[in-house]
Amino acid sequence: MTSLTFTKKLLFTSIASVLGLVLAVSGATAAKKYDPGASDTEIKIGHTNPYSGPASAYGSIGKAETAYFKMVNEQGGINGRKINFISLDDSYSPPKTVEQVRKLVEQEEVLFMFQPLGTPSNTAIHKYMNEKKVPQLFVATGATKWGDPKNFPWTMGWQPNYQTESKAYAAYILKNHPNAKIGILYQNDDYGKDYLFGFKEGLGDKASKMIVKEVSYEVSDPTVDSQIVTLKASGANLFFNVTTPKFAAQAIRKSVDIGWNPVHFLNSVSANINNVLVPAGLDKSKGIITSAYIKDPNDPQWVKNKDYQDWLAWMKKYNPDANLADGNYVYGYSVAYTMHQVLKACGDELTRENVMKQAASLKNLEVPMLLPGIKVTTGQNDYYPIESIQLARFDGKQFQLFGEIIGK
Amino acid sequence: MATMTQTSTRTPAAQTYYGLSSGAWKNIGLAVLIVAACLLPFVVSNYRTFQFTLVLVNAIALLSINLLTGFNGQISLGHGAFYAIGAYTAAILITQFGVPYWVTLPIAGVICLVVGFLFGLPALRLEGLYLALATFALGVAMPQILKYKGIEDWTGGVQGISITKPTAPWGLKLNSDQWLYFVALFVTIIMFVIGWNLLRGRIGRAIVAIRDQPIAAEAMGINTAIYKSLTFGISAMYAGIAGALGGIAIQFVAPDSFAITLSLSFLFGSVIGGIFSLSGAIYGALFLQFIPHISEGISKAAPGAVFGVFLILFMFIMPAGVAGFLRLAGVRMRRRIANRMAQG
Repeated sequence: MTSLTFTKKLLFTSIASVLGLVLAVSGATAAKKYDPGASDTEIKIGHTNPYSGPASAYGSIGKAETAYFKMVNEQGGINGRKINFISLDDSYSPPKTVEQVRKLVEQEEVLFMFQPLGTPSNTAIHKYMNEKKVPQLFVATGATKWGDPKNFPWTMGWQPNYQTESKAYAAYILKNHPNAKIGILYQNDDYGKDYLFGFKEGLGDKASKMIVKEVSYEVSDPTVDSQIVTLKASGANLFFNVTTPKFAAQAIRKSVDIGWNPVHFLNSVSANINNVLVPAGLDKSKGIITSAYIKDPNDPQWVKNKDYQDWLAWMKKYNPDANLADGNYVYGYSVAYTMHQVLKACGDELTRENVMKQAASLKNLEVPMLLPGIKVTTGQNDYYPIESIQLARFDGKQFQLFGEIIGK
Repeated sequence: MATMTQTSTRTPAAQTYYGLSSGAWKNIGLAVLIVAACLLPFVVSNYRTFQFTLVLVNAIALLSINLLTGFNGQISLGHGAFYAIGAYTAAILITQFGVPYWVTLPIAGVICLVVGFLFGLPALRLEGLYLALATFALGVAMPQILKYKGIEDWTGGVQGISITKPTAPWGLKLNSDQWLYFVALFVTIIMFVIGWNLLRGRIGRAIVAIRDQPIAAEAMGINTAIYKSLTFGISAMYAGIAGALGGIAIQFVAPDSFAITLSLSFLFGSVIGGIFSLSGAIYGALFLQFIPHISEGISKAAPGAVFGVFLILFMFIMPAGVAGFLRLAGVRMRRRIANRMAQG
């Protein structure tokens, strides 16, 4: 008898508790909103990156981001949900990117795309993402066109764009070298023109007076020697060098060799000691001014910095085989951190619209490994997350940061 | 040609299997294949439909290699260049001149035919490997030519050109992926029929004779130079039409889309599929489309290496390509059936 009542009791309590659970869950779902790719347990994120092909050096960015989300999952995920980070190879080929992104959006049904890499690759999917209304967030390219919320409300960049950078140089030049005669060398494509456009905008009315010579080169040119000779002959005493690493090294070397010693501004694309300044000659590179927004893992001044120590610990745990000098691991870490904060802010409303809304509502977010004072801010009409940089001068060994943070 | 006649004498046309000649069986098989291809977009997702559209595009491109290398014996490592010209022709005509997308396909074909023929005239004085090198140079140069400043207003420079996707006409209840698939299927069938007609006649015999016995062919009165240039032109035309179709399907063309790896992939796709047959182009296209995805699924760290292993495995198991393998299997099966019928 007693055993029977006990069973009955058990039955009742179990029914009651199940009912209660059902009620609780249904009550809870009322406040939750999901689009494809999100659920109570998971958030699916799509990503493309060149792991093979000519640009596979960028593959470490994808590895860093994968490792970052692995860490997030081991720490319990975001609001109780695990991140399912699906990273596919596109070999830096736009048709391949289109195919992989369609796979991610239509087949895997990811909530959004994060950090597709490359200007041509992102251009190839730009229309598609905005037609489908799937976020194309924090794209890995510095072109200026990614911050156009009116025409492309579903696409957003992350790093400072080329125009931001050249405007910063222009502001510095107006202040410190107001009477300079400027000579410009730029690569003849959209990257070079982006820099040139921003630079002229930054100089404003004075542009036509200060710029005495503009020369360009093609990526297929063997050297830029003749361009440097032309610039010297123009009488310029300030050199704005908008070149990719190989040409940057040639330009630095040639200008010193022919005895042209202008104030030298080098775009950050080539602000790399091992690939550019060493081949050009470290003594010849002394005094070159460039800019930075992120901490260089090779710079000894950060060794005792907490950001660096955290990053180092993360590297040792999650990327034990990786090269600690590879700046891509810093970049991937910082951009994934930004994404992490956006998803936290989304709470239980994991819709594509809300992801975009939260990404456009970042206010002075401090992101680890960005230079001190540089913060991430976005708005409904501001799709440029990082808009400030700091100038740095090469002292023969290291880039020494100087001056204030420039930009917003 | 010698090998082909041998095959046909070995299996006489009069032989019947279960009441039908082998030719009839072939036609039935072809009909089933086309019906299946027509039903495909209704049973798979839009993404898969899009992938199969790319398979068809690749099949046309591989057909161009099969014609040129397989049947005529000329090696090209630069057909990606013609593919690019086709894609850019379509993109420029659609975006700058408002030409309907389907009109751009024949135009792209004609432009590539002319360019291919003209490139063929001087280049064909080069034999074998030297031609391979000359075409390789063309393939390497093409992305840089497309970035050239003087034509930037048309080509969009490194930025490339975005194309709007065509939608189904006549109020058909098809989405744009399904419609594009049918367009591609239609074009592919036409291109195969043209190829088949070209090869089975007098011209086809001349093309193959030049491959097998160039001196004898010339002695028999075949104008080798013209035939070779023509084959090169026609092959370029196929690549151009494939490129136009591919550009429309991807909705974007840019110099980076047409790197030298594209040209190389055409060649090994052809070899894997079976370079000495028309049907090989389809198997090769399937390989090019799906094997990279499988390799990536196996190893993200080194997808290229896994892909290489697949390539080697295929060549070991099927040295004459998938088409050659299937033909051999077919011959064996026919023999077995014939034996069984003879016994019974």
